[in-house]
This record gives sequence, C-alpha cells and structure tokens, in this order.
Amino acid sequence: MNMDKPLLKVEGLSKTFGGLQAVQDVSMVLYQGEILGIIGPNGSGKTTLVNLITGFIKPDKGSVKFRGRDIAGWPPHKIADLGIVRTFQNMRPYYSLEAYRNLIVPLNSPRAKRMGMGRWGERDTVALDILEEIGFERDSFVPYKKASALPTGYLKRLELARCLALKPEVIIADELFSGLSASEIASLVPLIEKLQGGGITFIMVEHRLRELFSLANRVIALDFGTKICEGSPKEVMANPRVRQAYLGPGGSD
Amino acid sequence: MAEVQRRKERLDRGIKVRAESIYAVSSWEEAAYLLAPRIILVLGLLLAPLLVQSPYWKRVVTVVCVYGLLGLSFDFLAHFVGLVSLGGALATGVGGYASALANKALGLPVFLSIPLASLAGGVVCTVLLLPCLPLRGVYFAIVTLMYPLVLSRLVEAFNILGGTDGIPGVQGFGGPWAESYIIISALLLCLFGLRRLVNEDLGLILRGVKDNDQAVKASGISVTRYKAIAVFIASTLGCLAGAYLAHLYMWAGLSLFALDFSILPIAATVIGGGGTLVGAVVGSMILIPLSELLREFGTLRIAFYALVLMGFIVVRSEGLMVWAQRKYHQFERWVQI
Ligand SMILES: Nc1ncnc2c1ncn2[C@@H]1O[C@H](COP(=O)(O)OP(=O)(O)OP(=O)(O)O)[C@@H](O)[C@H]1O
Ligand SMILES: [Mg+2]
Repeated sequence: MNMDKPLLKVEGLSKTFGGLQAVQDVSMVLYQGEILGIIGPNGSGKTTLVNLITGFIKPDKGSVKFRGRDIAGWPPHKIADLGIVRTFQNMRPYYSLEAYRNLIVPLNSPRAKRMGMGRWGERDTVALDILEEIGFERDSFVPYKKASALPTGYLKRLELARCLALKPEVIIADELFSGLSASEIASLVPLIEKLQGGGITFIMVEHRLRELFSLANRVIALDFGTKICEGSPKEVMANPRVRQAYLGPGGSD
Repeated sequence: MAEVQRRKERLDRGIKVRAESIYAVSSWEEAAYLLAPRIILVLGLLLAPLLVQSPYWKRVVTVVCVYGLLGLSFDFLAHFVGLVSLGGALATGVGGYASALANKALGLPVFLSIPLASLAGGVVCTVLLLPCLPLRGVYFAIVTLMYPLVLSRLVEAFNILGGTDGIPGVQGFGGPWAESYIIISALLLCLFGLRRLVNEDLGLILRGVKDNDQAVKASGISVTRYKAIAVFIASTLGCLAGAYLAHLYMWAGLSLFALDFSILPIAATVIGGGGTLVGAVVGSMILIPLSELLREFGTLRIAFYALVLMGFIVVRSEGLMVWAQRKYHQFERWVQI
C-alpha cells in the first residue's frame, strides 16, 4: 500500500432521493494498493456511495477524481472502462447463460481487449481460467452450469470473476461476504489478499465486520449518509459514534 | 383382476446434445439425431414450391417466408436482446420503398437493389429508433408501434414517394421459380445465421443485455451501442422482407406500412414458440396458410382465425417449438410398478 499515491479522491459527494439525504457531503481518499473498508448500518448510504462512484447514479454535488481526472457524472460503462469495477449487492449474473459464458461478455469489452484478456478463439479458455482462479472446479460441470442453477456462493464469486475479466485497477465490492457461510468466506479471503498483492486496490462494503477488519487497511464508517469516522480497523471499532450507530443510543457500553 | 399400476417414465436423451459447448458428435446415430430436424425443415421449405401446384399456393409459400423473416426479426429482438418491437412494419415500409427507389431511380437490378435496400433500410430504421433505445418494456413497444403509422401518414400528407399511388413499375423477379427460391433461401440463411449469431460473442453480449443490462454496463460495455447493433440486424431482416415484397408486387405503396406486418409475425412467434427462432418460421407456416384457407368463410374468417389462435395459445401456451424441442429430447415410456 502506497500512502502517497491517491488513486481515487472523492470530495463533497451528495445525493438526495426525494427528501431523503442518502449520501451527504462524503469525502474520502483511496490509496493505490490498499483495501479500504466501508461500514455502516442498513440504509446508511453505502450502496448509494458505490453507485455514485461507479456512475450508476449521478451525484447532485461533489467530485470523484480518478488519477486527477474528474469522473463524476460519467456513464457507468466509461467508468468501468477506466478499470473501476464493482460487484452488485444483489447478484446480477446473466441467468440464462452458463457460468463461463457469463464471462464472455466482459471479455468482449473494449477494456478487456485493450488489456489483452483473450483474443478471439481464446476467450473460452480465459473465462475458464478466471473461474478456476476464483474457485470453480475446472474439471467439474460447475463452470458449464447455467447461472440460474448456481447457489449463492458461486454467484458471489461470479460477480468477482466479472470484475477480474476486465483486469481492473479498483474493485468495489458491495457486500461480497453477505449470504456466504464462514467457510466460503474463509476461502475468499486469501484470494482477495492475493489479488491485492497483484496490485488491485479494493473498496469493500461489508456488514461482516470481523472478516472485513482482518482484511482492511483502513475503514470508513457511514451513518445516515454522512461519514462519521475514519481510521484503522482498531480505531474505528473503538469509536463511540460507530458503536452507537450499530447498537443504537445507550448501546455504547 | 389385479390392477396393473403404471407410471410414465421420462428419460432425457438430450442433455449431452443440449450442452452444445462440451459436446462432440461421437456416432452417426447422434449426428442424425442432431441433424434430422434441420434437414426436415430445409427439405420441406425447398420442396414446398415443387409440391404445390397452383400459382396461388406458390404465392402463399412466398408470403409464409416473408412473415417468417419478420417473425425471426421480432423473436431475435424480443427474446435475445429484450426489445419488444411492435413496429415490424417500419422495416417493411422502409425496405420496400428503398428497394423501389434503388430499382427505379438508380436503375439497379433486383439482385442489387434488394441487398442494398436491406442494408440502407437497416441503417435508416436504426437511426430512427435510436432515440427509443433507452426506453424499456412497454414504452419501447408503444413508441415502435407509432413509427409505421406516422411514416405512412407523412408519405400521404406531403405526397412524397408517390403519395397514395405509391411507386409502380418496380422490376419483378421474372417467374415463379425465382420468386419462390429467392425468399426461401433468404429465410434459411437468416434463420441459420441468427441461430449461429446468438451463440457467438456478439450474441452472448446481446443476451447479457436482455438478462441484465446493469451488469453489461458494469463490464465497461455500452448498452446503447449493442442495442443499436441488434436493432440494425433485426431491421435489416425486416427491410429484406419489405424489399422482396416491393419486387414481388412490382409496386411500393403505403400498404407496406400495414399493421399486419407488425402484428402477424408476433402472433406467429407466440404460436411457434418465442426464443427458439425456428418457432417464428413454423408459426408463419401455420398462420398464413390458415388465413388463406379461412377465406371461404367470408366475414366470419377473422372469428375462426382468432379461435384457432386462441386454441394454440391455450393448449400450447409455451409455443409449439418449445414443446416440440423438449419432447424431441425426451424419451417417454410406461413402466409397471
Ligand atoms: N434509487 C433510490 N431511490 C430512492 N431511495 C433510495 C434509492 N436507493 C437508495 N435509496 C434510499 O437511500 C438510503 C440509503 O440506501 P443504500 O442502499 O445506499 O443503503 P446501504 O447502506 O447500502 O444499506 P444496506 O446495508 O441495507 O445495503 C436508504 O434509505 C434507501 O431506501
Ligand atoms: Mg447496500
């Protein structure tokens, strides 16, 4: 992790839905190579923040700078093209396609082609390689099953696989661990560490605090759309406002 | 007497075959099992003009193929891209007028004017539909329904392209054989071409757009761009059908924008089975001759027609070919228990 190299700089980001302030004046920095955790109770604006950064929702105010270039308000496919890719909290596979063919789609994106991820005729193999790396048993039928026939654990992996097919710079994972068993998470953790070692920067939105805190270098906590604290996992865990947000008033003991 | 209890047992012999990507033809039986349906369809279509005697029924065969093309175009957009278009007549109209102009104004012969009009018409339709591409579901459907209506009114009101008289004197095909086999081969090419396409990379992206356009955007792919490509492909098929009609009737007129070209292909696709492509063709083979046979009933024709349509939809709501394909891959037998 390189603390003098800010990769992504978010400043004063705000979004209201009707009268609801979903994200309010949030600023944060993402450094090259780190894993940044984002936590917060249900409805605190985590997914909205992810949507704002990745272009799926246009911000009302504020800027998102990637390597100094303001990308706020860009269409999502342009932002993904820069290498800022995301997973969806409620998985979004192509249900009618087989698992490996789910990856043929991102492998055909302009970015994947630019990054040399599988030329014509090699894409099936590259897709199977990615799936194997992510934990689909290569010699089994699993990669050839329709996504609609896959259990949650595999669909979550497929979300991550779609990101990897783009050779990303930043992966923004929205609750990758939720809905997974402890052993499934345990098998994903080394993978994420390996990817981080390979130079990918992560933002991980999580409810599973224990697992997140073992991975994350820094953590940001949101409540009611605003950033309430930022720091190392230990500092954030000890912060009284965070405890209050999670446990409710009076629960800070 | 002891009652023998029997149970219907179902074996699926198609699993290997349907998992196309990991399947290799390993014996003649399996190859025949795979190819038989295709061979029957191809031979059936190629022999049809030889089997029917009267020029009238030869003409019906060509019209079946025209609607088959339009049905393919609809099924491709609706079930492989997720765009339900109610405006098939836009493409027939644009293609028909384009081919008539290419033939009469530019003096191009039939074998050049039809392909040229198909491609140029495809571009025109795509450009016209570009503003609708962000629309979803029923909104896209309704707007596309308006296009042929508006265009035909414009032709009428401004008296362009021959106004209500249309463009007469378009070159014909010069005989029933050319007439039949041009459209039959076009239909077969488009059918097998599309079936191929939906399993190629481009087709997979389009199916991705249908399943989940958010994930496609998240993959760094412009959804609008691929929708435009799909609309171009579908419009080109529709324009091909329209261009053919203009030369068949040696006339391009407002009737090329008729509602029939928008609605009948959809009915054919529903009866034949959406999402199979071949279903659109089979549906046309049923609907079009049926509507000819019912001519004898005079004014009651449309009522009988509707009854048959409803019958199909109630009995085989999934569509004929969806059902037939499943049955073909299944092997049923009665066993005693
Ligand atoms: N598209 C939208 N339209 C209207 N309101 C929205 C929209 N998206 C989110 N909201 C609201 O904004 C608030 C923040 O939602 P968000 O999904 O960002 O929370 P979250 O922190 O991701 O919650 P969770 O932990 O449950 O995933 C919620 O009150 C939600 O109801
Ligand atoms: Mg969320």
